[in-house]
Amino acid sequence: MSDTTSTTTMDDTLRYELLEGNGPKGAPTGDPVMSVRNLRVSFNTEAGVVHAVRDVNFDLWGGRTLGIVGESGSGKSVTALSLIGLLDDNAHVSGSVKLNGEELIGKSDEEMSKIRGARISMIFQDPLSALTPMFSIGDQLAEALLIHNPDMTKDEVRKRCIELLTLVGITDPENRLDAYPHEFSGGMRQRVVIAIAIANNPDIIIADEPTTALDVTIQAQILDILKVAQKETGAAVVLITHDLGVVAGTADDVMVMYAGRAVERASIDTLFERPSQPYTMGLLGAVPKPHMPAEHRLVPIKGNPPSLAAIPAGCPFSPRCPMATDECRVTEPELLPLEEGEGHLVSCHHMDEIRDKHLTYADVYPALEPLLPKWADVPRDQRPVVLEVKDLVKTFPIQGKGLIRRNKGTMTAVDHASFTIHEGETLALVGESGSGKSTTLMQIMDLVVPEEGTITVLGKKTSELKNARDRRELRRNLQIIFQDPMSSLDPRMPIYDVLAEPLEAQGWDKTKINKRIGELMYLVGINPDYVDRFPSQFSGGQRQRIAIARALATSPKLLLLDEPIASLDVSIQAGIINLLEDLQVQLKISYLFVAHDLAVIRHISDTVAVMHLGKIVEYGDTEEVFTNPQDPYTKALLSAIPIPDPKVERTRERLVYRDGKLIPASSLLPKSLK
Amino acid sequence: MEEQNNKDEQLTNAQLELQADAAGPGEVKRISYAGLIARRFFRQKSAVVGLTILAILVLLAIFGPFICKYDYTDPDFTAINVAPNARHWFGTDGGGFDLFACVVHGLGRSLVIGLTYAILTTAISAIVGTAIAYARGWGEKIGMWLLDMLLVIPSFLLVAMIVRAASGTQGWIMLILGLTAFGWIGYARTLRTMALSLRERDYVRAAKYMGVPSIKIILRHLIPNLGSILVIDTVLCVISGINSETAYSFLGLGIKAPDTSLGYILSQGSSAMLSAPWIVLIPSVVLIILCVSMQLIGDGLRDAFDPYSRAAGEVADEESKKDEAKKAAAAAAGNAAGSHHE
Repeated sequence: MSDTTSTTTMDDTLRYELLEGNGPKGAPTGDPVMSVRNLRVSFNTEAGVVHAVRDVNFDLWGGRTLGIVGESGSGKSVTALSLIGLLDDNAHVSGSVKLNGEELIGKSDEEMSKIRGARISMIFQDPLSALTPMFSIGDQLAEALLIHNPDMTKDEVRKRCIELLTLVGITDPENRLDAYPHEFSGGMRQRVVIAIAIANNPDIIIADEPTTALDVTIQAQILDILKVAQKETGAAVVLITHDLGVVAGTADDVMVMYAGRAVERASIDTLFERPSQPYTMGLLGAVPKPHMPAEHRLVPIKGNPPSLAAIPAGCPFSPRCPMATDECRVTEPELLPLEEGEGHLVSCHHMDEIRDKHLTYADVYPALEPLLPKWADVPRDQRPVVLEVKDLVKTFPIQGKGLIRRNKGTMTAVDHASFTIHEGETLALVGESGSGKSTTLMQIMDLVVPEEGTITVLGKKTSELKNARDRRELRRNLQIIFQDPMSSLDPRMPIYDVLAEPLEAQGWDKTKINKRIGELMYLVGINPDYVDRFPSQFSGGQRQRIAIARALATSPKLLLLDEPIASLDVSIQAGIINLLEDLQVQLKISYLFVAHDLAVIRHISDTVAVMHLGKIVEYGDTEEVFTNPQDPYTKALLSAIPIPDPKVERTRERLVYRDGKLIPASSLLPKSLK
Repeated sequence: MEEQNNKDEQLTNAQLELQADAAGPGEVKRISYAGLIARRFFRQKSAVVGLTILAILVLLAIFGPFICKYDYTDPDFTAINVAPNARHWFGTDGGGFDLFACVVHGLGRSLVIGLTYAILTTAISAIVGTAIAYARGWGEKIGMWLLDMLLVIPSFLLVAMIVRAASGTQGWIMLILGLTAFGWIGYARTLRTMALSLRERDYVRAAKYMGVPSIKIILRHLIPNLGSILVIDTVLCVISGINSETAYSFLGLGIKAPDTSLGYILSQGSSAMLSAPWIVLIPSVVLIILCVSMQLIGDGLRDAFDPYSRAAGEVADEESKKDEAKKAAAAAAGNAAGSHHE
């Protein structure tokens, strides 16, 4: 009995996939390289059994890219790791993964290691830890080659290594072979990782968030290289990401995962044109669009992604779904075609309604009340200045090697940066890693007397602060929110103590603190009954809300935000952005928003300062900077943002900043492959 | 329906979130951290054995004197150097002292010294180590220099001199103080290294930016987050405390008559090793059992705290078994049904 059902679904999966033709490459043809059927993975943990992957089916074709999209905990990475047999020992894997007809599940680690690196290879998220610091780039490339081809001669290996490095766009490959990973930048290292991955002409390349750890401009280049690598090897690529912009530009087919299952599957253009599962709609709608002005508020998907140890009954998305009915809470829908004759699969009980009424994001997620204009009462120029930074300079000594660490020179991290923030306004400080934006933030937070220039907080210069009391007084009005809510809340302290800490430091009494904590919890939307819980009992988004509550505890006038939403799930981000916007209107706080995500900045900020190598290269009104950038670096930065729209993404030409000039990105790719 | 939508529109984002929260997914089963550690600890047989042995030894040290007719201070001159028998369970030594009474008292002494030493050492090293790490800059440099200097001091000699100067009954207190005074330095160095990564955490920086005083940050954020290491350190420290005490007493530099400890009994018995071997053997065995039990507990704690250890347990196995059983039952039922039809 079970045999017959599994064969029919097998046929169905393949049949529908062959209909997925609404993309740049058309529908797949021929036999798939890999077939995954009824893949299930579960883990044993203290909290119970975690069902990380539940009945996932897909096929891979050479030359095509399957994008697996999902938030953290959706099971996307576990799916990828189970293809290559790299899961922990306590994982229970069942189902079937066939590579050219050969069953991989059940193979021993030894048997799998013959396949790994040769026929299936993997690109990991963090290039910093993917390469061994002890060996040169050449040695590591050679290792990858020699393990699977022990007969290769030294000359052959060297020739192939040079060929591979040229392919991934590393200049001067002959000399670079002897370099060590620490001599390479993050982007260069990821290129080397890609070179290692394609060294043996694999059939399948699995890229697990290959660009998440990289800067936007580098990310765009790496995605280009990945395409080159695919063209060269003819491999099928599995691209795992949470970033819909990345998928839009690279994938042919997309599978959206939620709570360990595929909830929607379609060709790239179909998915973006007509998302039909409420979760996919919400995900696409809740992302701020970098290429459009922010006229509407984002509508977040309420609630949090479920824990895989306690997946809700029925449709796992039902607790967060605006369309959920009783049926959704009882039975889990199957992944079925939206329309006969089309390869668009959707898992939703309300599929027919969505199809027949052509429901879109705007229908499913009702719009929020527009925000009150910020400058309602007083024009901007007349508002008091909250923060003024003038010609700020911060240098770090560069120390020489050896016993006596003589200072060899100085590195200028912040070079004459100036900006002002008025009451109730948001200034975004944008830049890539190493641009000096975080150093600037820390200079302000530390309330130091700068090497050069001045920092004036609420009319008080930092050089005028005499003692600890003056500083503490000022700290009440100046608070910070960090990027990672996992590390910004002490795991050993219940939420009550977390929120009480800034108030105790300001010398509040017990009863006042008690009252204030209740207010704060309500303000950021956390149930005040949860004060006795520990941070680990909250989701990432809730933790960031708690961090915001803590920063707001003393009613500060100025809030410094260090990439406050970068580490949050996509569906949660919109909620936090809205909360920050609400709070600004309610409390008239000013924000200094440090970020690298330009889409979010366009949405939230009033003015933008673009930092590059310690200098502010462009400073002005947000819409002005986005629509009419003046500085070449700003132009390059804007053109590198991945846009969550496959048609826009395919047609636009990216620009790259090189030595003060702009050049088209395609000129950087290896000539033979253009 | 539309009315509902309009109502929703007027809610702020925070209120929407609260609503979602109330209607959110069912409560996830949570275990408190202490409960979790206990569960993982008791899952390991060796750790439970260690804990049981320690409990028995502690009970023996507390209630032993009440069940024994003899006191460790008054000798039985009618029985000198007798082997274990019904009257003297562990035999007697050359002075006619009942060995059971001596061992029980010595065990208590060793335990008290070991525990006090471990707790004091851990407390001092935790505070000093984290404070040095948190100080940064010059404070850290000077602190580390001081620690390095203290490590150079010939501690063995100093402890011996301090204890010799004390009287017989007060000697054990001086021994604890002497051992502690030099025992914390090494631990403080390792704990500083641990705290180096903690001091970079955002919650420490956040507390600093809120204006929380340094002492409070150290006591509230740094030390509690080293908790697991501190607990393991304390347990293993007990062993080194007991061993040091034994060694000092054996050399005649620690516990002296009229007080007694396991090391002191051993030193007394070592001269009569061949004629009365039980005087050496019995306290040695007790000492080894004590140390092994502590070691087992320490091992168990380490595995309980380590998220990657084998203490993770096999929660799923029961369920997969159940699944298999269900499948088997279904298959059997199917067969049975099939055969009926036939």
